[in-house]
Amino acid sequence: MEERRRIISILMENEAGALSRVAGLFSARGFNIESLTVAPTEDSTLSRMTLVTGGDEAVIEQITKQLHKLVDVVKLMDLTDGRHIQRELMLVKVEATGEAREEVKRLVDIFRGNVVDVGETLYTVELTGAGGKLDAFLEALSPNRIVEVVRSGISGIARGGRALTVR
Amino acid sequence: MRMTDRPPLPKPPPRIYTKAMQKVAAAADPAAAAEVLTGAEIVVRCLRDEKIEFIFGYPGGAALHIYDALYRQDEVKHILTRHEQGAAHAADGYARATGRPGVVLVTSGPGVTNTITGIATAYMDSIPMVVICGQVPRHLIGDDAFQEVDACGVSRPCVKHNFLVNDVDELALTIKKAFYIATTGRPGPVLVDIPKDVTAQTAPYRYPQQIRIRSYAPVHRGHPGQVRKAVQLLRDARRPMIYTGGGVVQSGGAAAAALTDLVRILGYPCTNTLMGLGAFPASDKLFVGMLGMHGTYEANMAMHHCDVLLAVGARFDDRVTGELSTFCPYAKIIHVDIDPSSIGKNVKVTVPIVGDAGKVLADMVAVLRGGGGDSHNQHLGSWWKQIEEWRAVDSLRYDRGSALIKPQFVIEKLHEVTKGEAFVTSDVGQHQMWAAQFYNFDRPRRWINSGGLGTMGFGLPAAMGVRLGHPGATVCCVTGEASIIMCIQELSTCKQYDLPLKIINLNNRYMGMVRQWQEFFYDRRYSHSYMDALPDFVALAESFGHKGVRVEHPGDVESALAEAISDKDRLVFMDFITDQTENVYPMIAAGKGHHEMHLRSADSGDGGAPAERELA
Ligand SMILES: Cc1cc2nc3c(=O)[nH]c(=O)nc-3n(C[C@H](O)[C@H](O)[C@H](O)COP(=O)(O)OP(=O)(O)OC[C@H]3O[C@@H](n4cnc5c(N)ncnc54)[C@H](O)[C@@H]3O)c2cc1C
Ligand SMILES: Cc1ncc(C[n+]2csc(CCOP(=O)(O)OP(=O)(O)O)c2C)c(N)n1
Ligand SMILES: [Mg+2]
Repeated sequence: MEERRRIISILMENEAGALSRVAGLFSARGFNIESLTVAPTEDSTLSRMTLVTGGDEAVIEQITKQLHKLVDVVKLMDLTDGRHIQRELMLVKVEATGEAREEVKRLVDIFRGNVVDVGETLYTVELTGAGGKLDAFLEALSPNRIVEVVRSGISGIARGGRALTVR
Repeated sequence: MRMTDRPPLPKPPPRIYTKAMQKVAAAADPAAAAEVLTGAEIVVRCLRDEKIEFIFGYPGGAALHIYDALYRQDEVKHILTRHEQGAAHAADGYARATGRPGVVLVTSGPGVTNTITGIATAYMDSIPMVVICGQVPRHLIGDDAFQEVDACGVSRPCVKHNFLVNDVDELALTIKKAFYIATTGRPGPVLVDIPKDVTAQTAPYRYPQQIRIRSYAPVHRGHPGQVRKAVQLLRDARRPMIYTGGGVVQSGGAAAAALTDLVRILGYPCTNTLMGLGAFPASDKLFVGMLGMHGTYEANMAMHHCDVLLAVGARFDDRVTGELSTFCPYAKIIHVDIDPSSIGKNVKVTVPIVGDAGKVLADMVAVLRGGGGDSHNQHLGSWWKQIEEWRAVDSLRYDRGSALIKPQFVIEKLHEVTKGEAFVTSDVGQHQMWAAQFYNFDRPRRWINSGGLGTMGFGLPAAMGVRLGHPGATVCCVTGEASIIMCIQELSTCKQYDLPLKIINLNNRYMGMVRQWQEFFYDRRYSHSYMDALPDFVALAESFGHKGVRVEHPGDVESALAEAISDKDRLVFMDFITDQTENVYPMIAAGKGHHEMHLRSADSGDGGAPAERELA
């Protein structure tokens, strides 16, 4: 069966231990997690999690059913079932000396990023976008200039009227 | 029944509440000024209001406030086991036999880690249980304090849910949630971890009658359209088969009755898993025996050849399906289960139905009855003819003329002597399979064993729970000389609470099940599957204050059993010295298909003289 990458959005009780239940489920059942982001929502009793995973249809079905079975999980949605927006935040520290300084700046502009910290020899760049765009930016930089990379993992939301809320 | 050895209860001292405490209570619930209680008292009151008869436990530092609150009342009875594992299994046995949740109370650290095997056992078999454990005071959590262990962390993989109670004001609600979660939907164990200082604080006590958890809403009713589709598929079948499991037992008596109705109306063959035995009467001709690794030839062959399979409250375990790629190759499958994640987990399903077994089966019966027309299936004759041919293979046959005690013979006699009405618990191994194959359970909740985890040591403590739940009933524990040692200390609990269990030790001087695998798959290299220094079980039982009997000849089996069963007052430990070479048949080797069973061969000696088998 065809393996597919999935983005699953989860609304769960903002309780101690909720995150470890999700992480534990994935390790106990041998499912893989590509990335996972979590933070409280506008309703402080709820957390919103975006989980990126992969597998064939049967595996994904088990993943969603097992997640649903966790008592703390209120609702979930497979964003990849419909049109959706995914964004990831990346912070990159790059060497920027001599003529490279201009070059990096140009690249940041092309990718619509921001230089958020300027040092004598370093720029810290902030970039948001889908995972592919962030990859492309890193590829465009010459590898020996990259000092440090931090990526947040993907957050996602459905397009249009589809929404994951308790109401 | 004598519950404890201590003197009669002193009257509790009258509680003096401060004005401030009363005010808090009134403010919280102006209608009925709630009583202000300590956390420990709240725990005990919650148990009372949950109508809990027994709790099984073992005291220690972090639980002492709760133990003190227990001392000052006599509605909730505490059963002191001799090991926390015993407490968990006893609560589990109580739950399996009564359908009510089992409750465990232990201290922090080693108290709770000792329950883990028992919790995992209950989890694997979906048994409702609430485990309350003491925890170090909140300000010490995380400090590697004395007897501190992260109870929620260590139990997480084997509980349905768990809670750490951080606030005495949430204690009653949390305990209510624990019982609600443990007993509804797919049942399971729930752990409540309570720091010692929380049990000392006070709060107004109110136990919620109703509760709603927005993130937890089990489905009960099956989708009517799916139910109709399932019935149609069943009607159109040429070679139908009905396979049911622990879910039908769990669902309650109505589910077993509805299953029996359904099977009889249709006249279709029915098989049960190890966990489902008794949900359909074994004495009915429509029953083809247990299926799976040690299931009957007819059950497994019918599974392999059926064209429509109705599965109810069964989870397609690997001991049942064998090799998945050859499992039920011709069948369209209808799967009824209360847990959506059970459906489609191991096999592809044609008609999934999420719902409670009892309700869905009753709905199916109603559709069948209301459907009109001829419900007689004209293909049934040739299908049954085929099944009877398989049945005639007599896959459970054994040597009835043996000069040694055959374990199967002991179970058959046990059935006769108890008229099939006993509660039978077991440990894990060959004896477990023989009990399952030969006791022929006609009613649900009579067969109590650890199927999913396969926990040696389960049988004796579970039997204690069964007997407490059914005072006066005949409760037998079928065990092996290796298993019984794992929780032997509970003989002492049986003495304290006058539990006249009947222990049937099928003593083959081997970890028989392990030896059997080594005989079949490791060229008879019996690596560490025997025990060199077994105790004298008769003397051992007597040292605990019970009666011990050794039985060495087939001719003495029946009378020994009859005498023991008729003794209503004493625990009798029967040590049956059985044929060491006996194996469990039929057997599907792990990873093989249903049609590839190992049957007892004519030359294995089981038809005539005992085989020469090198054993050590
Ligand atoms: C030595 C040994 C040998 C074994 N050999 C065999 C063997 O030969 N054959 C065999 O069958 N087993 C055997 N087992 C047991 C096996 O490991 C499994 O425990 C067993 O097969 C599972 O039974 P089950 O499918 O009925 O599921 P259970 O574990 O009883 O699960 C119950 C299912 O019902 C569902 N359910 C719960 N409540 C409800 C409800 N109210 N309504 C609807 N659904 C509900 C649950 O979600 C779950 O899916 C053996 C075990 C041991 C230790
Ligand atoms: C706690 C635990 N440890 C190990 C096992 C593996 N095991 C399964 S059956 C068995 C042997 C049981 O021997 P006995 O109780 O004498 O029963 P018999 O098979 O001889 O009837 C063992 C070791 C287990 N099921 N549980
Ligand atoms: Mg043995």
